[in-house]
Amino acid sequence: MSSVLAARGLTKRYGSFTAVHPLDLAVEQGEIYGFIGPNGAGKTTTIRMVLGLISPTAGSIEMFGEPLGPDRGALRRVGALVEEPAFWPYLSGRRNLEYLARAGGRTDDTRSRLRRIEEVLGTVGLAGVADRKVKAFSQGMRQRLGIAQALLGAPELLVLDEPTNGLDPTGMREVRSLVRGLADGGLSVLVSSHLLGEVESICDRVGVMAGGRLVAQGTPLALRGPSDRIVLDVGDVQRAIQLLAGLRGVEIVGDPAGTRLTLAIDGLSAADVNAAMVLGGVDVHAMIPVAASLDDAFHDLVKDDDVPR
Amino acid sequence: MFRVEIAKALRRRRTWMLALAIASVPVIMVVAFKLSPPSVPASADAPPFLAEIGRNGLFAALAGLAIVQPVLLSVAAGLVSGDAIAGEAQAGTLRYLLVRPVGRSRLVVAKYASGMAMLGALVVVTIVVGLVAGAMAFELGPLPTLSGTTLDMTDAIGRIIAAGLYMTVVLSGVVSIGMLISARTDNAAGATVAAVVITIVSQILDQIGSLRALHPFLPTHGWRGFTGLFRFPIDWAPMQDGVRVSLAYTCVFMALAVLSFRRRDVMS
Repeated sequence: MSSVLAARGLTKRYGSFTAVHPLDLAVEQGEIYGFIGPNGAGKTTTIRMVLGLISPTAGSIEMFGEPLGPDRGALRRVGALVEEPAFWPYLSGRRNLEYLARAGGRTDDTRSRLRRIEEVLGTVGLAGVADRKVKAFSQGMRQRLGIAQALLGAPELLVLDEPTNGLDPTGMREVRSLVRGLADGGLSVLVSSHLLGEVESICDRVGVMAGGRLVAQGTPLALRGPSDRIVLDVGDVQRAIQLLAGLRGVEIVGDPAGTRLTLAIDGLSAADVNAAMVLGGVDVHAMIPVAASLDDAFHDLVKDDDVPR
Repeated sequence: MFRVEIAKALRRRRTWMLALAIASVPVIMVVAFKLSPPSVPASADAPPFLAEIGRNGLFAALAGLAIVQPVLLSVAAGLVSGDAIAGEAQAGTLRYLLVRPVGRSRLVVAKYASGMAMLGALVVVTIVVGLVAGAMAFELGPLPTLSGTTLDMTDAIGRIIAAGLYMTVVLSGVVSIGMLISARTDNAAGATVAAVVITIVSQILDQIGSLRALHPFLPTHGWRGFTGLFRFPIDWAPMQDGVRVSLAYTCVFMALAVLSFRRRDVMS
Protein backbone atom coordinates (compact mmCIF):
# COMPACT_ATOMS: atom_id res chain seq x y z
CA MET A 1 0.00 0.00 0.00
CA SER A 2 1.23 3.47 -0.76
CA SER A 3 0.54 6.56 1.26
CA VAL A 4 -1.45 9.31 -0.40
CA LEU A 5 -0.53 11.54 2.49
CA ALA A 6 2.47 11.22 4.74
CA ALA A 7 3.45 13.84 7.31
CA ARG A 8 6.66 13.45 9.26
CA GLY A 9 7.58 15.38 12.36
CA LEU A 10 4.86 17.89 11.62
CA THR A 11 5.04 20.59 14.31
CA LYS A 12 3.36 23.92 14.98
CA ARG A 13 4.50 26.30 17.66
CA TYR A 14 3.14 29.74 18.43
CA GLY A 15 5.83 31.39 20.47
CA SER A 16 6.26 29.21 23.52
CA PHE A 17 2.97 27.41 23.00
CA THR A 18 3.11 24.18 21.04
CA ALA A 19 -0.18 23.57 19.28
CA VAL A 20 1.00 20.42 17.54
CA HIS A 21 3.91 18.37 18.87
CA PRO A 22 6.00 16.52 16.27
CA LEU A 23 3.55 14.16 14.66
CA ASP A 24 3.74 11.43 12.04
CA LEU A 25 0.61 10.79 10.09
CA ALA A 26 -0.05 8.61 7.08
CA VAL A 27 -3.20 8.04 5.06
CA GLU A 28 -2.97 4.98 2.87
CA GLN A 29 -4.48 4.58 -0.57
CA GLY A 30 -8.21 3.82 -0.37
CA GLU A 31 -8.62 3.96 3.39
CA ILE A 32 -10.69 6.15 5.65
CA TYR A 33 -8.45 7.56 8.34
CA GLY A 34 -10.30 8.97 11.31
CA PHE A 35 -8.70 11.78 13.20
CA ILE A 36 -10.34 12.10 16.58
CA GLY A 37 -9.82 14.12 19.67
CA PRO A 38 -11.55 16.76 21.74
CA ASN A 39 -11.92 20.28 20.43
CA GLY A 40 -8.63 22.10 20.79
CA ALA A 41 -6.55 18.95 20.53
CA GLY A 42 -4.77 20.25 17.43
CA LYS A 43 -6.73 18.38 14.77
CA THR A 44 -7.70 21.44 12.79
CA THR A 45 -4.22 22.94 13.04
CA THR A 46 -2.81 19.69 11.69
CA ILE A 47 -5.32 19.59 8.86
CA ARG A 48 -4.60 23.22 7.99
CA MET A 49 -0.88 22.43 7.83
CA VAL A 50 -1.58 19.49 5.53
CA LEU A 51 -3.62 21.77 3.27
CA GLY A 52 -0.99 24.49 3.19
CA LEU A 53 -3.11 27.06 5.00
CA ILE A 54 -0.75 27.17 7.97
CA SER A 55 2.97 26.76 7.57
CA PRO A 56 4.46 24.13 9.88
CA THR A 57 7.20 25.20 12.28
CA ALA A 58 8.96 21.96 11.40
CA GLY A 59 8.35 18.73 9.57
CA SER A 60 7.57 17.62 6.06
CA ILE A 61 4.47 16.68 4.13
CA GLU A 62 4.34 14.31 1.19
CA MET A 63 1.29 13.98 -1.01
CA PHE A 64 0.97 11.19 -3.55
CA GLY A 65 4.60 10.32 -2.94
CA GLU A 66 6.01 13.79 -3.60
CA PRO A 67 6.89 16.60 -1.24
CA LEU A 68 4.25 19.30 -1.04
CA GLY A 69 6.04 22.20 -2.69
CA PRO A 70 5.53 25.89 -1.97
CA ASP A 71 3.07 26.12 -4.88
CA ARG A 72 0.97 23.35 -3.26
CA GLY A 73 0.28 21.98 -6.73
CA ALA A 74 -0.61 18.55 -5.34
CA LEU A 75 -3.68 20.10 -3.74
CA ARG A 76 -5.41 19.96 -7.11
CA ARG A 77 -5.82 16.25 -6.44
CA VAL A 78 -7.29 16.94 -3.00
CA GLY A 79 -10.80 17.96 -2.02
CA ALA A 80 -11.30 19.59 1.35
CA LEU A 81 -13.91 20.69 3.81
CA VAL A 82 -12.18 22.72 6.52
CA GLU A 83 -14.33 23.32 9.60
CA GLU A 84 -17.66 24.64 8.42
CA PRO A 85 -18.34 25.11 4.72
CA ALA A 86 -18.23 28.70 3.49
CA PHE A 87 -19.72 30.24 0.38
CA TRP A 88 -20.46 33.54 -1.24
CA PRO A 89 -23.94 34.03 0.19
CA TYR A 90 -25.10 36.34 -2.58
CA LEU A 91 -24.55 33.64 -5.21
CA SER A 92 -26.65 30.56 -5.88
CA GLY A 93 -25.35 27.14 -4.89
CA ARG A 94 -24.62 26.28 -8.50
CA ARG A 95 -22.79 29.55 -9.14
CA ASN A 96 -20.70 29.09 -6.02
CA LEU A 97 -19.51 25.81 -7.45
CA GLU A 98 -18.99 27.39 -10.85
CA TYR A 99 -16.76 30.14 -9.48
CA LEU A 100 -14.80 27.72 -7.33
CA ALA A 101 -14.38 25.53 -10.41
CA ARG A 102 -13.02 28.48 -12.38
CA ALA A 103 -10.75 29.71 -9.61
CA GLY A 104 -7.17 28.63 -9.90
CA GLY A 105 -5.66 25.57 -11.38
CA ARG A 106 -4.93 24.77 -14.97
CA THR A 107 -7.35 25.26 -17.83
CA ASP A 108 -8.00 21.54 -18.30
CA ASP A 109 -8.70 21.25 -14.56
CA THR A 110 -11.20 24.07 -14.84
CA ARG A 111 -12.99 22.43 -17.74
CA SER A 112 -13.30 19.07 -16.04
CA ARG A 113 -14.45 20.74 -12.82
CA LEU A 114 -17.13 22.69 -14.66
CA ARG A 115 -18.34 19.46 -16.25
CA ARG A 116 -18.61 17.83 -12.85
CA ILE A 117 -20.87 20.43 -11.25
CA GLU A 118 -24.15 18.66 -12.03
CA GLU A 119 -22.69 15.31 -11.06
CA VAL A 120 -21.51 16.42 -7.62
CA LEU A 121 -24.77 18.29 -6.98
CA GLY A 122 -26.51 14.98 -7.71
CA THR A 123 -24.13 13.04 -5.48
CA VAL A 124 -25.01 15.20 -2.47
CA GLY A 125 -28.68 15.46 -3.42
CA LEU A 126 -28.85 19.19 -4.11
CA ALA A 127 -29.56 19.13 -7.84
CA GLY A 128 -33.09 20.44 -7.44
CA VAL A 129 -32.33 23.39 -5.18
CA ALA A 130 -28.93 24.54 -6.44
CA ASP A 131 -30.30 27.71 -8.02
CA ARG A 132 -31.30 29.16 -4.68
CA LYS A 133 -28.96 31.66 -3.13
CA VAL A 134 -26.75 30.10 -0.51
CA LYS A 135 -27.93 32.56 2.13
CA ALA A 136 -31.30 30.77 1.93
CA PHE A 137 -29.69 27.34 2.45
CA SER A 138 -30.26 25.35 5.63
CA GLN A 139 -27.30 24.15 7.66
CA GLY A 140 -27.66 20.65 6.22
CA MET A 141 -27.78 21.97 2.66
CA ARG A 142 -24.69 24.07 3.23
CA GLN A 143 -22.88 21.06 4.61
CA ARG A 144 -23.81 19.03 1.56
CA LEU A 145 -22.79 21.83 -0.77
CA GLY A 146 -19.50 21.86 1.13
CA ILE A 147 -18.97 18.21 0.33
CA ALA A 148 -20.00 18.83 -3.29
CA GLN A 149 -17.39 21.58 -3.44
CA ALA A 150 -14.76 19.19 -2.09
CA LEU A 151 -15.63 16.61 -4.75
CA LEU A 152 -15.52 19.10 -7.60
CA GLY A 153 -11.94 18.41 -8.63
CA ALA A 154 -12.42 14.62 -8.79
CA PRO A 155 -10.04 14.32 -5.84
CA GLU A 156 -7.99 11.27 -4.95
CA LEU A 157 -7.79 12.39 -1.33
CA LEU A 158 -10.68 13.90 0.54
CA VAL A 159 -9.93 15.88 3.70
CA LEU A 160 -13.03 16.41 5.80
CA ASP A 161 -12.75 18.40 9.01
CA GLU A 162 -15.79 17.77 11.21
CA PRO A 163 -18.06 16.98 8.26
CA THR A 164 -21.11 16.17 10.37
CA ASN A 165 -20.97 19.27 12.55
CA GLY A 166 -24.37 20.82 12.93
CA LEU A 167 -26.19 17.98 11.21
CA ASP A 168 -29.16 16.11 12.64
CA PRO A 169 -28.83 12.34 13.11
CA THR A 170 -30.30 11.66 9.67
CA GLY A 171 -27.89 14.09 8.07
CA MET A 172 -24.98 12.50 9.91
CA ARG A 173 -25.97 9.08 8.70
CA GLU A 174 -26.24 10.38 5.15
CA VAL A 175 -22.80 11.96 5.29
CA ARG A 176 -21.31 8.79 6.75
CA SER A 177 -22.75 6.56 4.07
CA LEU A 178 -21.73 9.07 1.40
CA VAL A 179 -18.14 9.06 2.66
CA ARG A 180 -18.11 5.27 2.99
CA GLY A 181 -19.42 4.95 -0.57
CA LEU A 182 -16.74 7.31 -1.89
CA ALA A 183 -14.02 5.36 -0.13
CA ASP A 184 -15.38 2.12 -1.51
CA GLY A 185 -15.00 3.74 -4.91
CA GLY A 186 -11.25 4.09 -4.26
CA LEU A 187 -11.03 7.53 -2.71
CA SER A 188 -8.76 7.99 0.30
CA VAL A 189 -10.28 10.00 3.13
CA LEU A 190 -8.91 11.87 6.13
CA VAL A 191 -11.84 12.70 8.36
CA SER A 192 -11.65 14.47 11.69
CA SER A 193 -14.24 14.43 14.39
CA HIS A 194 -14.80 14.84 18.08
CA LEU A 195 -17.71 12.43 17.76
CA LEU A 196 -16.43 8.94 18.23
CA GLY A 197 -19.36 6.94 16.98
CA GLU A 198 -18.78 8.45 13.61
CA VAL A 199 -15.18 7.41 13.47
CA GLU A 200 -15.79 3.95 14.84
CA SER A 201 -18.40 3.05 12.26
CA ILE A 202 -16.74 4.19 9.04
CA CYS A 203 -12.99 4.35 9.58
CA ASP A 204 -10.40 1.79 8.64
CA ARG A 205 -7.86 3.39 10.91
CA VAL A 206 -8.02 5.94 13.66
CA GLY A 207 -5.57 8.39 15.15
CA VAL A 208 -6.37 9.90 18.52
CA MET A 209 -5.12 13.40 19.23
CA ALA A 210 -4.97 15.01 22.62
CA GLY A 211 -3.14 18.08 23.81
CA GLY A 212 -1.40 18.54 20.48
CA ARG A 213 -0.06 14.99 20.41
CA LEU A 214 -1.07 11.94 18.44
CA VAL A 215 -1.53 9.64 21.44
CA ALA A 216 -2.70 6.48 19.68
CA GLN A 217 -3.08 5.11 16.22
CA GLY A 218 -4.56 1.89 14.90
CA THR A 219 -7.71 0.16 13.75
CA PRO A 220 -10.81 1.01 15.80
CA LEU A 221 -10.73 -2.60 17.01
CA ALA A 222 -7.13 -2.46 18.17
CA LEU A 223 -7.68 0.85 19.93
CA ARG A 224 -10.44 -0.61 22.02
CA GLY A 225 -7.83 -2.70 23.77
CA PRO A 226 -8.31 -6.28 24.91
CA SER A 227 -11.72 -7.04 26.23
CA ASP A 228 -11.77 -7.79 29.95
CA ARG A 229 -15.37 -8.89 30.20
CA ILE A 230 -17.16 -11.87 28.77
CA VAL A 231 -20.72 -13.07 28.81
CA LEU A 232 -21.06 -16.77 29.44
CA ASP A 233 -24.16 -18.66 28.36
CA VAL A 234 -24.29 -22.03 30.12
CA GLY A 235 -26.61 -25.03 30.61
CA ASP A 236 -26.46 -25.11 34.42
CA VAL A 237 -26.07 -21.69 35.97
CA GLN A 238 -25.85 -22.84 39.62
CA ARG A 239 -23.10 -25.36 38.85
CA ALA A 240 -21.23 -22.74 36.82
CA ILE A 241 -21.35 -20.31 39.73
CA GLN A 242 -19.91 -22.96 42.04
CA LEU A 243 -17.11 -23.71 39.59
CA LEU A 244 -16.30 -20.07 39.08
CA ALA A 245 -16.06 -19.51 42.81
CA GLY A 246 -13.16 -21.95 42.83
CA LEU A 247 -11.22 -20.07 40.19
CA ARG A 248 -8.79 -17.26 40.81
CA GLY A 249 -8.79 -14.15 38.64
CA VAL A 250 -12.43 -14.21 37.65
CA GLU A 251 -15.44 -12.56 39.16
CA ILE A 252 -19.14 -12.60 38.44
CA VAL A 253 -20.53 -9.17 37.69
CA GLY A 254 -24.10 -8.51 38.77
CA ASP A 255 -26.84 -11.13 38.90
CA PRO A 256 -27.23 -13.91 36.36
CA ALA A 257 -29.69 -13.11 33.57
CA GLY A 258 -31.42 -16.38 32.73
CA THR A 259 -28.66 -18.68 31.60
CA ARG A 260 -26.19 -15.86 31.16
CA LEU A 261 -23.45 -14.70 33.47
CA THR A 262 -21.30 -11.63 32.99
CA LEU A 263 -17.72 -12.19 34.09
CA ALA A 264 -14.89 -9.81 34.72
CA ILE A 265 -11.66 -11.65 34.10
CA ASP A 266 -8.34 -10.51 35.35
CA GLY A 267 -5.31 -12.71 34.74
CA LEU A 268 -7.24 -15.59 33.24
CA SER A 269 -8.05 -16.02 29.57
CA ALA A 270 -11.49 -16.80 28.23
CA ALA A 271 -10.08 -20.17 27.22
CA ASP A 272 -9.19 -20.95 30.88
CA VAL A 273 -12.76 -20.23 31.91
CA ASN A 274 -14.06 -22.40 29.12
CA ALA A 275 -11.80 -25.29 30.09
CA ALA A 276 -12.93 -25.09 33.73
CA MET A 277 -16.57 -25.23 32.69
CA VAL A 278 -16.10 -28.18 30.37
CA LEU A 279 -14.04 -30.12 32.95
CA GLY A 280 -16.71 -29.45 35.56
CA GLY A 281 -19.38 -30.85 33.24
CA VAL A 282 -21.12 -27.57 32.40
CA ASP A 283 -22.29 -27.07 28.82
CA VAL A 284 -21.05 -23.79 27.39
CA HIS A 285 -23.53 -22.53 24.81
CA ALA A 286 -21.79 -19.25 24.09
CA MET A 287 -18.94 -17.13 25.21
CA ILE A 288 -19.17 -13.51 24.09
CA PRO A 289 -16.40 -10.96 24.64
CA VAL A 290 -17.91 -7.62 25.61
CA ALA A 291 -16.25 -4.93 23.60
CA ALA A 292 -14.97 -2.05 25.59
CA SER A 293 -16.35 0.85 23.58
CA LEU A 294 -13.97 3.09 21.72
CA ASP A 295 -15.53 5.84 23.76
CA ASP A 296 -14.03 4.34 26.92
CA ALA A 297 -10.67 3.89 25.24
CA PHE A 298 -10.83 7.44 24.00
CA HIS A 299 -11.58 8.88 27.40
CA ASP A 300 -8.73 6.87 28.90
CA LEU A 301 -6.40 8.29 26.28
CA VAL A 302 -7.38 11.90 26.60
CA LYS A 303 -8.34 12.17 30.24
CA ASP A 304 -5.05 13.79 31.18
CA ASP A 305 -5.52 16.36 28.48
CA ASP A 306 -6.54 19.54 30.19
CA VAL A 307 -4.59 21.88 27.96
CA PRO A 308 -6.98 24.60 26.95
CA ARG A 309 -6.73 26.14 23.50
CA MET B 1 -9.16 34.31 -11.23
CA PHE B 2 -9.49 37.88 -12.52
CA ARG B 3 -12.59 36.95 -14.51
CA VAL B 4 -14.10 35.14 -11.53
CA GLU B 5 -13.58 38.24 -9.40
CA ILE B 6 -15.27 40.49 -11.95
CA ALA B 7 -18.17 38.06 -12.35
CA LYS B 8 -18.60 37.87 -8.57
CA ALA B 9 -18.54 41.66 -8.23
CA LEU B 10 -21.17 42.07 -10.94
CA ARG B 11 -23.51 39.76 -9.07
CA ARG B 12 -23.27 41.73 -5.86
CA ARG B 13 -25.89 44.30 -5.09
CA ARG B 14 -23.21 46.39 -3.39
CA THR B 15 -21.43 46.99 -6.70
CA TRP B 16 -24.58 48.28 -8.34
CA MET B 17 -25.46 50.52 -5.39
CA LEU B 18 -22.03 52.07 -5.63
CA ALA B 19 -22.38 52.58 -9.39
CA LEU B 20 -25.81 54.10 -8.83
CA ALA B 21 -24.48 56.49 -6.17
CA ILE B 22 -21.68 57.59 -8.45
CA ALA B 23 -23.97 57.94 -11.48
CA SER B 24 -26.34 60.08 -9.49
CA VAL B 25 -23.72 62.78 -8.90
CA PRO B 26 -23.57 64.28 -12.43
CA VAL B 27 -27.34 63.80 -12.79
CA ILE B 28 -28.13 65.66 -9.55
CA MET B 29 -25.74 68.43 -10.54
CA VAL B 30 -27.27 68.87 -13.95
CA VAL B 31 -30.81 68.86 -12.57
CA ALA B 32 -29.92 71.36 -9.87
CA PHE B 33 -28.26 73.74 -12.33
CA LYS B 34 -31.14 73.41 -14.75
CA LEU B 35 -33.70 74.25 -12.06
CA SER B 36 -31.79 77.14 -10.53
CA PRO B 37 -28.98 78.42 -12.73
CA PRO B 38 -26.27 80.09 -10.67
CA SER B 39 -26.68 83.84 -11.12
CA VAL B 40 -23.51 84.84 -9.35
CA PRO B 41 -20.11 83.25 -9.92
CA ALA B 42 -19.66 80.29 -7.57
CA SER B 43 -17.61 80.94 -4.51
CA ALA B 44 -13.90 80.28 -4.64
CA ASP B 45 -14.01 77.12 -2.58
CA ALA B 46 -16.50 75.39 -4.88
CA PRO B 47 -15.01 72.51 -6.86
CA PRO B 48 -13.52 73.72 -10.14
CA PHE B 49 -15.78 73.45 -13.18
CA LEU B 50 -18.96 73.30 -11.11
CA ALA B 51 -20.03 76.83 -11.94
CA GLU B 52 -19.49 76.27 -15.63
CA ILE B 53 -22.14 73.61 -16.14
CA GLY B 54 -24.84 76.12 -16.92
CA ARG B 55 -22.98 77.19 -20.00
CA ASN B 56 -21.84 73.85 -21.45
CA GLY B 57 -23.02 70.29 -20.91
CA LEU B 58 -19.48 68.97 -21.29
CA PHE B 59 -18.75 70.38 -17.89
CA ALA B 60 -21.18 67.95 -16.28
CA ALA B 61 -18.88 65.02 -17.00
CA LEU B 62 -15.80 66.88 -15.89
CA ALA B 63 -17.40 68.32 -12.75
CA GLY B 64 -18.83 64.88 -12.03
CA LEU B 65 -15.30 63.46 -12.01
CA ALA B 66 -14.04 66.33 -9.85
CA ILE B 67 -16.76 65.79 -7.24
CA VAL B 68 -16.70 62.00 -7.27
CA GLN B 69 -12.93 61.73 -6.80
CA PRO B 70 -12.33 62.95 -3.23
CA VAL B 71 -15.24 61.14 -1.58
CA LEU B 72 -17.14 58.46 -3.51
CA LEU B 73 -14.18 57.22 -5.49
CA SER B 74 -12.05 57.20 -2.33
CA VAL B 75 -14.68 55.13 -0.55
CA ALA B 76 -14.90 52.78 -3.53
CA ALA B 77 -11.11 52.38 -3.56
CA GLY B 78 -11.13 51.56 0.16
CA LEU B 79 -13.95 49.10 -0.34
CA VAL B 80 -12.52 47.13 -3.27
CA SER B 81 -9.09 46.92 -1.65
CA GLY B 82 -9.93 46.61 2.05
CA ASP B 83 -12.55 43.96 1.40
CA ALA B 84 -10.43 42.08 -1.16
CA ILE B 85 -8.71 39.45 1.02
CA ALA B 86 -10.20 40.22 4.43
CA GLY B 87 -13.72 39.89 3.00
CA GLU B 88 -12.97 36.37 1.79
CA ALA B 89 -11.32 35.58 5.11
CA GLN B 90 -14.30 36.83 7.07
CA ALA B 91 -16.74 34.87 4.89
CA GLY B 92 -14.53 31.76 5.25
CA THR B 93 -14.23 31.42 1.48
CA LEU B 94 -10.54 32.31 1.55
CA ARG B 95 -9.53 28.85 2.73
CA TYR B 96 -11.59 27.21 0.02
CA LEU B 97 -9.94 29.35 -2.64
CA LEU B 98 -6.47 28.58 -1.29
CA VAL B 99 -6.97 24.81 -1.11
CA ARG B 100 -8.33 24.72 -4.64
CA PRO B 101 -5.37 25.67 -4.92
CA VAL B 102 -5.23 29.28 -5.99
CA GLY B 103 -1.69 30.62 -5.58
CA ARG B 104 -1.48 33.27 -2.89
CA SER B 105 0.42 35.79 -5.01
CA ARG B 106 -1.99 35.17 -7.83
CA LEU B 107 -4.97 35.81 -5.58
CA VAL B 108 -3.57 39.14 -4.34
CA VAL B 109 -2.69 40.30 -7.86
CA ALA B 110 -6.08 39.18 -9.27
CA LYS B 111 -7.88 41.01 -6.47
CA TYR B 112 -5.83 44.15 -7.14
CA ALA B 113 -6.45 43.97 -10.89
CA SER B 114 -10.17 43.35 -10.56
CA GLY B 115 -10.44 46.17 -8.02
CA MET B 116 -8.69 48.58 -10.35
CA ALA B 117 -10.95 47.46 -13.20
CA MET B 118 -13.99 48.13 -11.02
CA LEU B 119 -12.74 51.62 -10.19
CA GLY B 120 -12.04 52.28 -13.87
CA ALA B 121 -15.60 51.19 -14.64
CA LEU B 122 -16.95 53.61 -12.03
CA VAL B 123 -14.97 56.44 -13.63
CA VAL B 124 -16.41 55.47 -17.03
CA VAL B 125 -19.90 55.52 -15.51
CA THR B 126 -19.30 59.04 -14.23
CA ILE B 127 -18.10 60.29 -17.61
CA VAL B 128 -20.82 58.60 -19.66
CA VAL B 129 -23.66 59.62 -17.35
CA GLY B 130 -22.23 63.14 -17.16
CA LEU B 131 -22.02 63.48 -20.94
CA VAL B 132 -25.51 62.09 -21.48
CA ALA B 133 -27.10 64.19 -18.74
CA GLY B 134 -25.17 67.27 -19.83
CA ALA B 135 -26.17 66.82 -23.46
CA MET B 136 -29.82 66.37 -22.54
CA ALA B 137 -30.02 69.42 -20.33
CA PHE B 138 -27.60 71.83 -21.97
CA GLU B 139 -25.80 72.39 -25.23
CA LEU B 140 -22.54 70.57 -25.80
CA GLY B 141 -20.04 72.94 -27.24
CA PRO B 142 -16.40 73.88 -27.39
CA LEU B 143 -14.88 73.87 -23.93
CA PRO B 144 -13.16 76.96 -22.56
CA THR B 145 -9.90 76.09 -20.82
CA LEU B 146 -8.75 77.49 -17.51
CA SER B 147 -6.20 79.49 -19.46
CA GLY B 148 -8.86 81.26 -21.57
CA THR B 149 -8.40 79.35 -24.82
CA THR B 150 -11.04 76.93 -26.13
CA LEU B 151 -10.99 73.27 -27.07
CA ASP B 152 -13.21 71.87 -29.80
CA MET B 153 -15.67 69.13 -28.82
CA THR B 154 -13.60 66.12 -29.86
CA ASP B 155 -10.51 67.46 -28.17
CA ALA B 156 -12.50 68.29 -25.05
CA ILE B 157 -14.07 64.84 -24.79
CA GLY B 158 -10.65 63.30 -25.38
CA ARG B 159 -9.25 65.28 -22.49
CA ILE B 160 -12.15 64.37 -20.22
CA ILE B 161 -11.42 60.71 -20.94
CA ALA B 162 -7.73 61.36 -20.28
CA ALA B 163 -8.69 62.97 -16.96
CA GLY B 164 -10.69 59.85 -16.04
CA LEU B 165 -7.80 57.61 -17.01
CA TYR B 166 -5.40 59.65 -14.90
CA MET B 167 -7.80 59.51 -11.96
CA THR B 168 -7.96 55.74 -12.22
CA VAL B 169 -4.20 55.30 -12.49
CA VAL B 170 -3.48 57.42 -9.43
CA LEU B 171 -5.96 55.36 -7.39
CA SER B 172 -3.50 52.48 -7.64
CA GLY B 173 -1.37 53.74 -4.74
CA VAL B 174 -4.16 53.79 -2.16
CA VAL B 175 -5.62 50.55 -3.53
CA SER B 176 -2.24 48.90 -2.90
CA ILE B 177 -2.16 50.21 0.66
CA GLY B 178 -5.67 48.78 1.12
CA MET B 179 -4.49 45.44 -0.29
CA LEU B 180 -1.71 45.24 2.29
CA ILE B 181 -4.13 45.97 5.14
CA SER B 182 -6.60 43.47 3.73
CA ALA B 183 -3.96 40.76 3.41
CA ARG B 184 -3.11 41.09 7.08
CA THR B 185 -6.50 40.94 8.76
CA ASP B 186 -9.71 38.92 8.79
CA ASN B 187 -11.78 42.00 9.59
CA ALA B 188 -13.17 43.27 6.29
CA ALA B 189 -14.98 46.29 7.70
CA GLY B 190 -11.92 47.39 9.64
CA ALA B 191 -9.65 47.07 6.62
CA THR B 192 -12.11 49.00 4.46
CA VAL B 193 -12.47 51.82 6.97
CA ALA B 194 -8.71 52.01 7.45
CA ALA B 195 -8.12 52.27 3.70
CA VAL B 196 -10.81 54.94 3.28
CA VAL B 197 -9.48 56.95 6.22
CA ILE B 198 -5.92 56.84 4.87
CA THR B 199 -7.13 58.02 1.46
CA ILE B 200 -9.18 60.90 2.83
CA VAL B 201 -6.62 62.03 5.41
CA SER B 202 -3.92 61.96 2.77
CA GLN B 203 -6.01 64.20 0.52
CA ILE B 204 -6.62 66.64 3.38
CA LEU B 205 -2.93 66.78 4.26
CA ASP B 206 -2.15 67.36 0.59
CA GLN B 207 -4.26 70.53 0.76
CA ILE B 208 -2.52 72.01 3.81
CA GLY B 209 0.08 74.43 2.53
CA SER B 210 2.25 74.41 5.63
CA LEU B 211 2.83 70.68 5.20
CA ARG B 212 4.34 71.20 1.76
CA ALA B 213 7.47 69.23 2.67
CA LEU B 214 5.27 66.20 3.31
CA HIS B 215 3.24 66.41 0.10
CA PRO B 216 5.52 64.46 -2.27
CA PHE B 217 5.25 61.48 0.09
CA LEU B 218 1.46 61.35 0.33
CA PRO B 219 -0.19 58.47 -1.56
CA THR B 220 -2.80 60.84 -3.01
CA HIS B 221 -0.29 63.50 -4.00
CA GLY B 222 -1.12 65.09 -7.35
CA TRP B 223 -4.66 63.65 -7.47
CA ARG B 224 -6.11 66.99 -8.58
CA GLY B 225 -3.42 67.29 -11.25
CA PHE B 226 -5.94 66.27 -13.92
CA THR B 227 -7.00 69.95 -14.05
CA GLY B 228 -3.70 70.54 -15.86
CA LEU B 229 -5.27 68.87 -18.91
CA PHE B 230 -7.58 71.87 -19.23
CA ARG B 231 -4.87 74.48 -19.36
CA PHE B 232 -3.06 75.78 -22.39
CA PRO B 233 -0.47 74.50 -22.76
CA ILE B 234 -1.22 71.34 -20.78
CA ASP B 235 0.41 71.42 -17.35
CA TRP B 236 1.97 67.96 -17.11
CA ALA B 237 4.08 68.45 -13.99
CA PRO B 238 1.43 67.69 -11.30
CA MET B 239 0.28 64.63 -13.22
CA GLN B 240 3.82 63.35 -13.57
CA ASP B 241 4.18 63.73 -9.80
CA GLY B 242 0.89 61.95 -9.22
CA VAL B 243 1.75 58.99 -11.44
CA ARG B 244 5.21 58.71 -9.95
CA VAL B 245 3.92 58.70 -6.36
CA SER B 246 1.12 56.26 -7.20
CA LEU B 247 3.47 53.85 -8.94
CA ALA B 248 5.97 54.01 -6.08
CA TYR B 249 3.23 53.23 -3.55
CA THR B 250 1.91 50.47 -5.79
CA CYS B 251 5.29 48.75 -6.12
CA VAL B 252 6.13 48.94 -2.42
CA PHE B 253 2.72 48.08 -0.99
CA MET B 254 1.80 45.38 -3.48
CA ALA B 255 5.17 43.72 -2.86
CA LEU B 256 4.54 43.91 0.90
CA ALA B 257 0.98 42.62 0.44
CA VAL B 258 2.11 39.61 -1.60
CA LEU B 259 5.02 38.78 0.72
CA SER B 260 2.98 39.19 3.84
CA PHE B 261 0.07 37.14 2.51
CA ARG B 262 2.37 34.35 1.32
CA ARG B 263 3.82 33.96 4.80
CA ARG B 264 0.61 34.30 6.69
CA ASP B 265 -1.11 31.46 8.51
CA VAL B 266 -4.71 31.36 7.34
CA MET B 267 -6.75 30.72 10.47
CA SER B 268 -10.07 31.99 9.14
